[in-house]
Amino acid sequence: MEWYWVTEYAPKFVEGLWITIQLLVLSIGFGMALATPIGLVQVTGPKPLALLAKGFCSVIRGTPLLIQLWLIYYGLGSVFPSIPLIRESMLWPILRDAFPYAVFAFSLSVAGYSGEVMRGAFASVNKGELEAGRAFGMSGFTLLRRIWFPRAIQNVLPTLAGEFILTLKSTPLAATITVFDVYGVGSMVRQETYRIYEPLLLVAGIYICLSGLIIAFFRWIEHRSARRRLVGVEH
Amino acid sequence: MFESLGLEVLAFSPPGWGGTLIHGLGMTLKIAFGAYFLGLLIGLCGALGKIYGGATVKWALEIYTTIIRAVPELVLILLLYYAGTDLLNRVLEWLGYERVDISGLVAGICVLGVVQGAYSIEVIRGAILSVSAGQIEAAKASGMSWTLMHRRIIIPLAVPLALPGLANLWLIVTKDTALLAVVGFSELALATKQAAGGTKEYLLFYIAAALLYLIVSLTSNAIFKTIERHYRRGQAPAGR
Repeated sequence: MEWYWVTEYAPKFVEGLWITIQLLVLSIGFGMALATPIGLVQVTGPKPLALLAKGFCSVIRGTPLLIQLWLIYYGLGSVFPSIPLIRESMLWPILRDAFPYAVFAFSLSVAGYSGEVMRGAFASVNKGELEAGRAFGMSGFTLLRRIWFPRAIQNVLPTLAGEFILTLKSTPLAATITVFDVYGVGSMVRQETYRIYEPLLLVAGIYICLSGLIIAFFRWIEHRSARRRLVGVEH
Repeated sequence: MFESLGLEVLAFSPPGWGGTLIHGLGMTLKIAFGAYFLGLLIGLCGALGKIYGGATVKWALEIYTTIIRAVPELVLILLLYYAGTDLLNRVLEWLGYERVDISGLVAGICVLGVVQGAYSIEVIRGAILSVSAGQIEAAKASGMSWTLMHRRIIIPLAVPLALPGLANLWLIVTKDTALLAVVGFSELALATKQAAGGTKEYLLFYIAAALLYLIVSLTSNAIFKTIERHYRRGQAPAGR
């Protein structure tokens, strides 16, 4: 085991770590923004929308993320340049970069997996609480914002933590479409220094730390919401 | 019919790439089967070890399951692939044999099997621990030995409890085989990449591959539902 290269490549690893964190946070943000309506329409929505949401979840969950990523990057990426309207638009410089494609693919993946979780979460909220909200004269949206959504999220926090760790563990796939995340930097170091194991072990260590951080973050949130709930019961 | 839609590149014989995709799908299924059953074997032994083993065994298994589940599969595959073949060759050299080249199929099965094993241990352990104490006491009261009790009572009762988790693991392993494309093993994902690169029909081939994976997933779902119904016959439906 030789680690002489660590100091030389440390700045690269920091850059890679930053890319990984951006990928993770953006994908979870966009993904959850999609997963919430996907879960909700399956519980209350009109039939066609519910079926559409269900179909989306099955397709995302039934195909490998790597194929989805390549389909979006190579597939859509090969179609876009042939459309003059897109080539001339302001979006073109963004669409030439691989990073947005990775965020798009991972967001869809989070939406598919967490959409299923959110469906169960919305369905599991006690009917009485929703009726109480309506009895207070809450409009549909206020009810969703104040009661339905917070209660649903509270019930599935541990499951979501698991989903987000799975998302973290799939971010290195972005390296296969030339995004230089932590894993990408690790592969580069392997090629330049001919060390086979050490860079991989360092990368593995970094991911273990990141998973630990996600777990700790969710413990903290769960602890907070649980305490608030207990205070509510006492009064 | 194919020509009119521009789908002649999917024809089964060259110059079409359909045959390559189907061959890739075959390899994908072979690896998935192998890795899944290796994973189940590790899972069963590991679960028994975690429940009944001594402190050292428990600790070792705990480290194994924790690390495997916290590190990205892509990193694990590379690590296990290089470390595994390296280790084997060193052992062979030490024993005085010649170095061997391990076939991609065997390496893929072993690597994914070791990853699957960590998840299987947790699923099977949970199922065994959920077998009701009354059943176990009844088995002991009938004078069954440890082995007989596990073979006749605990394992058969644990199977339906473990099935949903095990079905999930099968779906995960079929999708994880795609990661082997990164180490250069020619399964469906890599075959698709080559076909797409060769014809420049990226969108078409990736959609075709996605459909093939989807068919595998949906079929497996249906099969697992049937198996679960078979094992749950005579039991009260879930949720009561």
